Amino acid sequence: MPEPHGALAQQFEDLEQQHESATLGMWLFLITEIMFFGGLFAAYAVYRSTHPEAWHNGSRHLDVVMGGINTAVLISSSLTMALAVRAAQLSKKTALLANLALTIAFGAVFLGIKAIEYHHKLEAGLVPGRFFTYVGPDLDHLQLFFLFYFIMTGMHAFHMVVGLVVLAVLVVMTLKGRLLGDFYKPVELTGLYWHFVDVVWIFLFPLLYLIGRHG
Amino acid sequence: MSTHSAASYLNASHGIASWLFTRDHKRIALLYLISLSLFFALGGMFAGAIRLELLTPKGNLMSDATYNKMFTLHGVVMIFFFLIPSVPAVLGNFLVPLMIGARDLAFPKLNLLSWYLYMAGALLAVTVAVTGGVDTGWTFYTPYSSTYSNTNVMATAAGAFIAGFSSILTGLNFIVTIHKMRAPGLTWFRLPLFIWAHYATALIQVLATPVVAIALLLVMLERGFGVGIFDPKLGGDPLLFQHLFWFYSHPAVYIMILPSMGVVSEIIAAFSRKRIFGYDFVAFSSLAIALLGFLVWGHHMFVSGQSMYAGLVFSVLSFLVAVPSAVKVFNWTATLYRGSISFDAPMLYALGFIGLFTIGGLTGLFLATLGVDVHVHDTYFVVAHFHYIMVGGALFGYLGGLHYWWPKLTGRLYPHTWARLAAAIIFLGFNLTFFPQFLLGYLGMPRRYHVYPEEFQVLNVFSTAGASVLGIGYLMPLIYLLWSLRSGAKADSNPWNAKGLEWQVSSPPPVHNFDQVPTVTEEAYAYAPADKGGS
Ligand SMILES: [Cu+2]
Repeated sequence: MPEPHGALAQQFEDLEQQHESATLGMWLFLITEIMFFGGLFAAYAVYRSTHPEAWHNGSRHLDVVMGGINTAVLISSSLTMALAVRAAQLSKKTALLANLALTIAFGAVFLGIKAIEYHHKLEAGLVPGRFFTYVGPDLDHLQLFFLFYFIMTGMHAFHMVVGLVVLAVLVVMTLKGRLLGDFYKPVELTGLYWHFVDVVWIFLFPLLYLIGRHG
Repeated sequence: MSTHSAASYLNASHGIASWLFTRDHKRIALLYLISLSLFFALGGMFAGAIRLELLTPKGNLMSDATYNKMFTLHGVVMIFFFLIPSVPAVLGNFLVPLMIGARDLAFPKLNLLSWYLYMAGALLAVTVAVTGGVDTGWTFYTPYSSTYSNTNVMATAAGAFIAGFSSILTGLNFIVTIHKMRAPGLTWFRLPLFIWAHYATALIQVLATPVVAIALLLVMLERGFGVGIFDPKLGGDPLLFQHLFWFYSHPAVYIMILPSMGVVSEIIAAFSRKRIFGYDFVAFSSLAIALLGFLVWGHHMFVSGQSMYAGLVFSVLSFLVAVPSAVKVFNWTATLYRGSISFDAPMLYALGFIGLFTIGGLTGLFLATLGVDVHVHDTYFVVAHFHYIMVGGALFGYLGGLHYWWPKLTGRLYPHTWARLAAAIIFLGFNLTFFPQFLLGYLGMPRRYHVYPEEFQVLNVFSTAGASVLGIGYLMPLIYLLWSLRSGAKADSNPWNAKGLEWQVSSPPPVHNFDQVPTVTEEAYAYAPADKGGS
């Protein structure tokens, strides 16, 4: 993680070296995240190929409207995040604050809608484990699909929560007059992370919500 | 040109807080050294219990359930909490910034966080020793681990999971540091091979560890919530766990052995006063091992029910890893040729490494052969093979490195005669412990049983006797290294007269390593006057 103040840490020769190190560190971190989610996606792929019917049917139980709205919400949050980085670089404090706040708001809306969806699934008895009381025609391996639905979206939501906490810290730092001009680096790095989390959703949405809806 | 600052990193500040909240990579290295030594001792005690039980064919020391817990705890502690961190966390942490002319790692706070994560994971995992134990083996195979075992799998898996992030962060820190913080003039091909080895190791840590993290997380979810991710009843596949697990845990072997190979390269060059023969090949062989290591995990699953075709491919790829490994062995041997060799303790460990790693590697080829593997799978042949790699290889590298850089770490010299004697005893004890296990395995003694047919007793007695010798061998460095802290002669900045930036600063180094960033003008290992390397 970079020094929060953007000031030069003692181990570096100059700010450029420090910034380059921070950026490389964040990209490496994102690569570890890709490997982490990659393991999940690989498991998903294996089971989808062994149980195509269950995956097909499970997908139809998901609310594509809510998923679609959430996709739009997250893409909007990526836009405001990118605008926040720009504002920080240009030392525009009000714009930075506004865009950070909007990003947080979009993130919160996403999590809210996600919570409603989870609640619906709980009511329908589709939460795996002892809550799985769903009775229906296509029960075979349906639980396995929902296991992956909850693990994958849950893991994604966890990353969103972490992102929101970091964004809140950025807001506080901005209020203290930091992060502007030369010190924009933490905003940029948070942006990288935020976009990554969005991209994960861009994969999750079709893989979970849409596979049951072609033909 | 040693820089004599008034204060070294050891006495620059005092008090327990100055250690627990330090961001100095050298102090963090010592924190790791102390904690790793404790966990090594703990893992060693579990090993001692195993060997004691196996002295007789009957199970007369402990129940089979207790025995299962003993070998599981031995494996878990030694692999996740000693071998994986060992060389990188202690020697790498201390030396990477010094060797590349930097004042610290790129992210000192992250480095300290790594140590705390390691401690949290390790302490959590060892609490199971008193809270029900764990009996799944270090491999956590499902569905036993997720459904059937009634031991404390959760805490153990959680401990390994948490310590995994320590490993990831260490790797990330090393990669960024090596890329961005090299001193002026220190080009990639002037880097010590220790750095190349750590770079390759860090790549594996960063790329493979997240996969075992997700695998362990899934096991914990399945166990905690009674859901069937790997449970065939619900359509899950236990083989999937094995794939995810070995995708990390085979490369993890290289997390353990590559840094030790880096240590050996440094020692061989310094104690034969020669350039490393074929520097480029040794450097690239580290990357090749890291890369190929990702493609061979299926050799752990030859008899697990994966397809014959997959088995064949994994078998062939496993043979390929032998090539870069052999490149290293040949190049070290060629470096020795016509060198002026001195047999100090570090060199004894390095030579031991070459011999034992060669045996471990060659027997690995037996196991990579499909037909032979079916015969010796899950026997003591496998146990002997991986101990030759992990103890004969990784641990010998660690001990060699510790002896080589001890004067730099502490500013003290240890008694050389005792150190040579200990190295010899450890070498003998090791071989006496594990060579009989090759024979036992070939004769068909299965691993993980505490009761065995009587005809295997003689070889088991040899093995247990060897383990006792080995135990004494391990105690010796503990005693004389601790003794040296108070009573050892003071070391000057370069007691081995070795090349490398770490030997240009005082022993122990000042807090910020270099008062002035050094400029590097020559290649690594410029021991002989500039002729073409290797002659
Ligand atoms: Cu392997």
